[in-house]
Amino acid sequence: MDSKISSEKPVGVIGAGSFGTAIANILAEKSKVLLYARNEAVVNRIKNEGISSGQKLHKNISGTNELQEIATKCDILFPIVPSSAFRSLIKDLSAYLHPYHLLIHGTKGMDVSTPAEMDNVTKLNRDQVKTMSEIIQDESVVVRVGCLAGPNLARELADLQPAATVVASHFDEVIEAGIRLLRNDRFQVYGSKDLIGVELCGVLKNIIAIASGALSGLGYGENARALLISRGMVEMIYLGRALGGNTEAFIGLAGVGDLVATCSSTLSRNFSVGYRLAKGEKLPQIVESMEETAEGINTIKIAKKLANFYKVRTPILDMLHKVLFEDLTVEEALQYLMKYPFNVDIDFL
Amino acid sequence: MRPSGDSYVKKKYAPILPGSMDWPVVQLSKNRKQFIESVIHESVSVITALHAENGSLKEEIEQTRFKEMLRVKQNPWNVDPDDDPAFWSGIKARLLKISVGNNEKKHEDEIKNILHEIVSRYAHEIQGNFKRSRYKLARTLVKFGFKRLLNASKVKGWRSVWSRRVTLQDKIQITGEVEQLRSLAKKGTVIMVPTHFSNLDSILIGWVIHILGLPPFIYGAGLNLFNIGILAFFMNSLGAYKVDRRKKNQIYRETLKTYSKLATVKGCHGLFFPGGTRSRSGKIESKLKLGLLGSAMEAQRHSLQHNSDEENHKVFVVPVVINYHFVVEAPGLINDYLQSKGQERYYVENDSFTNSYKILIFLFKFITKGSDISVSIGRGLDLLGNYVDEAGNSIDKKGRRINIRDYFISNGEITEDLQREKEYTRRLGEVIVKEFRRNNRVFSSHLVAFTAFNILKNRHSHLDLYDLLRIPKEESIISYEEFRKSFELALQQIHLLNQEQKVTIAPHLRDTPDKIIDHGLYNVGMYHSKRPLVKNKEGNLITHDLNTLFYYHNRLCGYGLENIV
Repeated sequence: MDSKISSEKPVGVIGAGSFGTAIANILAEKSKVLLYARNEAVVNRIKNEGISSGQKLHKNISGTNELQEIATKCDILFPIVPSSAFRSLIKDLSAYLHPYHLLIHGTKGMDVSTPAEMDNVTKLNRDQVKTMSEIIQDESVVVRVGCLAGPNLARELADLQPAATVVASHFDEVIEAGIRLLRNDRFQVYGSKDLIGVELCGVLKNIIAIASGALSGLGYGENARALLISRGMVEMIYLGRALGGNTEAFIGLAGVGDLVATCSSTLSRNFSVGYRLAKGEKLPQIVESMEETAEGINTIKIAKKLANFYKVRTPILDMLHKVLFEDLTVEEALQYLMKYPFNVDIDFL
Repeated sequence: MRPSGDSYVKKKYAPILPGSMDWPVVQLSKNRKQFIESVIHESVSVITALHAENGSLKEEIEQTRFKEMLRVKQNPWNVDPDDDPAFWSGIKARLLKISVGNNEKKHEDEIKNILHEIVSRYAHEIQGNFKRSRYKLARTLVKFGFKRLLNASKVKGWRSVWSRRVTLQDKIQITGEVEQLRSLAKKGTVIMVPTHFSNLDSILIGWVIHILGLPPFIYGAGLNLFNIGILAFFMNSLGAYKVDRRKKNQIYRETLKTYSKLATVKGCHGLFFPGGTRSRSGKIESKLKLGLLGSAMEAQRHSLQHNSDEENHKVFVVPVVINYHFVVEAPGLINDYLQSKGQERYYVENDSFTNSYKILIFLFKFITKGSDISVSIGRGLDLLGNYVDEAGNSIDKKGRRINIRDYFISNGEITEDLQREKEYTRRLGEVIVKEFRRNNRVFSSHLVAFTAFNILKNRHSHLDLYDLLRIPKEESIISYEEFRKSFELALQQIHLLNQEQKVTIAPHLRDTPDKIIDHGLYNVGMYHSKRPLVKNKEGNLITHDLNTLFYYHNRLCGYGLENIV
């Protein structure tokens, strides 16, 4: 494998959160990297101390605060910011983007085009809810888009542990670029053509991760978690297919792979939301005290309305929605689920 | 952009290029030998490259030979050259020889020779035979014939054959982005992609192109149409090249694509029906055949690679929607559709045009009896599906200019990436489908048919389509009151969609509902022997042919009107 640093243009990473920083470090092993952060203090720390999100930065990484700079200097960009900030980021960035840019995002959330009205409706359809790759195409002229998804807990990546990811895109050249830039001896990269499916995997697994945290919070063990993961995956597949993904994506690395990792790790933000709920904390105070966004909370809100529209049966999602927003306790939700009349194990293959 | 879309173009346009010697298509036919050589050369290298990796070229030729001999035996046509069987047996013998001997280098050369011969045979067959003099003659004939027939029928019977009171443009209304089309045809190469409902479409479009002062467009016409003397004459004259749908082998397909690609590169405006064949169901095309769009994409990239100024080498796609009150072939088409039940592949083309006489009758019927026709010219697009402005600049959703060269760039330079272009072509197809729907023009006849069929469908919601189409006549009576109520709701919705620029409407839809209904009933499939929808003595609505009612209803499917009526 070619480990030399190429003299090509640098690769851009937009967003210096824990995952963005980890990806920047992986990219920096092979390329010059320009890392963008919105917050000036963060950029200064990148520049002066070589630290971002608590991770030591590779010497090939330099920081910037200018969207114009990163778009002009880089042809390939990795936007990795919370989904709530994604659309406005792309809007600001779009003035500097051209059709020659390749964008591979790493954001695991959904976007509602009319967020102000979202609390007043009980149903949302697919035209009203966009994935991140759709936002890029909505707001900019970039068409060569892709996404990153897989069991990639930022902490473990930062510790240089072995891992793998999926780069999904309709374009071979995007997948190839992802592999060329990211792949190294401890980081394996797979390609997929099911962009929407892979994006939805990354989005929907956060729902189940919250439930998994809740089970741990109640003190239950591995049988319960295995039950949750396998039934949770069935729900993900039903919902994912209704929203335009294929079953295959969900049984791959970005689907079941990421699901297992996120549900098993106490490192995951979504997991800890569930855990603290089960311990009796209330949602607002949990959100208040978190440093980074737990995408799962907003995802549950949106996914519930989508499930209502497409009439998808999603008992786990329904119960989580009640726990988060309707004051049901975690114990009550679990009791309900255990009484739920499932009878067919797998009926989608 | 467009005020209300109501205004019709009714004037004569000056030709955009003064002398016909300047037409790219004339240039092409003058240098046809050279051109066809370049088509052969490029096709051979493309096909060779496709098989370079696994050395499967010989197999491909073998398969082509097999399919072609089968075609010669099972499905011969008048236009086929007499030496078809001899040619393919010759190929067979030569291929056999190759498998016996063992001189590898010699074999490779022989395979290449065979490929070259096949491609050359195909290329010569595809090649159009455009002649300036014949074009002018054909044009005069079409104009003259249409006009005379028209006046004969509309004014005072046969005696007024020489009257000038009614012109073709009273009957065929051209609307939409006419000025832009003219300006784009000066700036770059235009690919016109119309919807396809009737065999008349290509003649109609040929006439529109002429009226708008555009130079002739080349287009691929089914080889079967060249079976018929009179059509062959017009087609050749109008710049048609031949497409044989029986030849489903890779060598033929690549040659055809290369032909169309190189003609586009040479700046010849092109026309093709992206739906492939006429819409059987009467629905607007929703799935397109992307092959020729793909070759336009390659042509665009090719031009950008070899020319630094994007300005003068741009390819534009202009969607066109043709609307009729009355499609002569409707009963046959809808029967095909119902029979095939979606198994298009096994369906044998059933042409209502079998000889020159029948065509004349058809034309006569059409001109004298067919009611109004509209041709809506859509807004121009670049090959990436962006709108272009009057000057041909690509514009993004925010109104910013886009340099389309950037779409083909990777690491700072233009690269050939067929997978990327295939994906671009797929996206372009989706945009064209959307533009078709947006530029579709609602006629009174479509709306009455849609309303009536939906009332029946709702009344018999327990029946599937095939049973519904068989209900007895007594059960298909709709009281005028009931009809009018539903019709008004549908009409309101159509006006709403029109305001949102999701569809356009004919001016007669601004009348009162009762008048629109009368207009629609008068016009809907008006010269079918069995009328799809009429009023009975009591003033209620009945149908004599549910199949054609279904056909005309289909035109408005997919606008969400189903839930309203």
